[in-house]
Amino acid sequence: MRFLPAGDLAVCVELGEEISVEVNTRVRALEFLIQQKGLTGVVETVPAYSSLLVYYDPRAVGYEPLCAAIAELVPQATTAVLPPARTVELPCCYEDPELGFDLTAAAKRLELSIDELVRLHAGAEYLVYFIGFTPGLPYMTGMPERINIPRLDTPRTKTPPGSVGIGGIQCCIYSVESPGGFWILGRTPVPLYDPSASEPTLLRPGDRVRFRRIDRAEFDTIGAAVAARAYRPVIA
Amino acid sequence: MIRILDAGPQTTVQDLGRTGQMRYGIPPSGPVDRFAFVLANRLVGNADGAAALECTLIGPRFEVTAAGAIAVTGADMPVTVNGQRAAGWTTVALKPGDVVKLGPARTGVRSYVGVAGGLDVPLVLGSRSTYLRGRVGGVEGRALRKGDELRVFPSGPGKARRVEQRSIPDYTGEPTIRAVLGPQADRFTAEGLQALFGGRYEVLPQSDRMGSRLRGPRIAHARGHDIVSDGIALGSIQVPGDGQPIVLLVDRQSTGGYTKVATICSSDIWRVGQARPGQSLRFHPIDVDEAHRLLREADRALDAAVREEIA
Repeated sequence: MRFLPAGDLAVCVELGEEISVEVNTRVRALEFLIQQKGLTGVVETVPAYSSLLVYYDPRAVGYEPLCAAIAELVPQATTAVLPPARTVELPCCYEDPELGFDLTAAAKRLELSIDELVRLHAGAEYLVYFIGFTPGLPYMTGMPERINIPRLDTPRTKTPPGSVGIGGIQCCIYSVESPGGFWILGRTPVPLYDPSASEPTLLRPGDRVRFRRIDRAEFDTIGAAVAARAYRPVIA
Repeated sequence: MIRILDAGPQTTVQDLGRTGQMRYGIPPSGPVDRFAFVLANRLVGNADGAAALECTLIGPRFEVTAAGAIAVTGADMPVTVNGQRAAGWTTVALKPGDVVKLGPARTGVRSYVGVAGGLDVPLVLGSRSTYLRGRVGGVEGRALRKGDELRVFPSGPGKARRVEQRSIPDYTGEPTIRAVLGPQADRFTAEGLQALFGGRYEVLPQSDRMGSRLRGPRIAHARGHDIVSDGIALGSIQVPGDGQPIVLLVDRQSTGGYTKVATICSSDIWRVGQARPGQSLRFHPIDVDEAHRLLREADRALDAAVREEIA
């Protein structure tokens, strides 16, 4: 464990340097404990793969006392303290090359049939390590090793929102149109970020995500329901 | 009500920003120059966090439909009321039908228009601040446009106030910005750190509310410029592979995978946001305790800045 100052309003609590479910679970458990205990002076927290950025008000707490209070919570930061995870089901259309525009190339690169790649991707359960980069964008892993693929050599400048991509061990869903280096296998019609909703972001750190394979017709039906504000995401 | 006649290139509604949304990827937003923003509000008798306008390089022209007061602080934009010059950093009383214009900034980048009562736009996730990339807050999540009408909360009888001349910041020259090393200072070479704290860094035109892009002596990495993504604090100096720094501001991405060599202390961050493209900055390292001492000093300076005029 290391405490790294991030200016005078935040401290980065580093619990490891690798991407692993074990370390990330401790990060989220530490965040949960800090919120639950209402540590003096803490303003907000931002979990990432292996660290927690803790924003604080130096008028309310000094750097050393804050680090000491956090350090005291670290040993208790285990899966046991976390509330049960939510599972969010996201419909995903893989079959249309207009949506999953890298599917064929990714299958070729991985030496898999298209159907096999879709089956492997859609069959896995994903863990949302954290949300970041753009509003509502989940950083996830959970794919079978067989579909680990290096990121695109040349990142594209625009990726449409809802695009479901893979790169390295990660799976990513673009929440807004943004540049990106992931291979896009499909698209979900469910918005991960809707600025007009009272809760604009769908996913939370620690969520489990499952993809449900849908065809283009269902993609369009759900898209229309979303537009009419008549769609409720499936969350268990 | 305030009716926008000309919006200027980027005029947005801001309050002190959102809290608690970065874990969902939504940055705090709020004013780039918090010092000038708070003074604009205090000059018109508002709470520090009342919603006000942030204007960028060229100000707006607007008409007020009711009597009230405004105050313009920050970048030095010439202010006129019905074509007559009015002073910045002071309370300006207005009557219905008055037309206020803020011209191009002579120094600095961002000016603030505090409005007595505060601007009445909807709270989104607890804040009235505009987050342009995320299209939330302010007026429909966007910069103001000609024809926009902004409601104003009622305010009590106004007092005339002004900011003391000695408290008005100078936005020209080559400011020295103080920064705390880290979180990833250990990923840079000694020469890289010497470059950062010895060199001169020019502000590039691609700078915005997300970050200020700088160009200067290369800040060399010791081992790789990529890290396992982590949270990004206000003022963190991110250094990608090309060794050129980007200072992250109020609309920054909540997390990122580049090394951050140092983080500018909160009492100096406004200087970065007020430096114009072509202007240069220098950096000076301090420790966290010193940064906290400077913050207390800045709080006191803010409290001492505003004087009530004796009629």
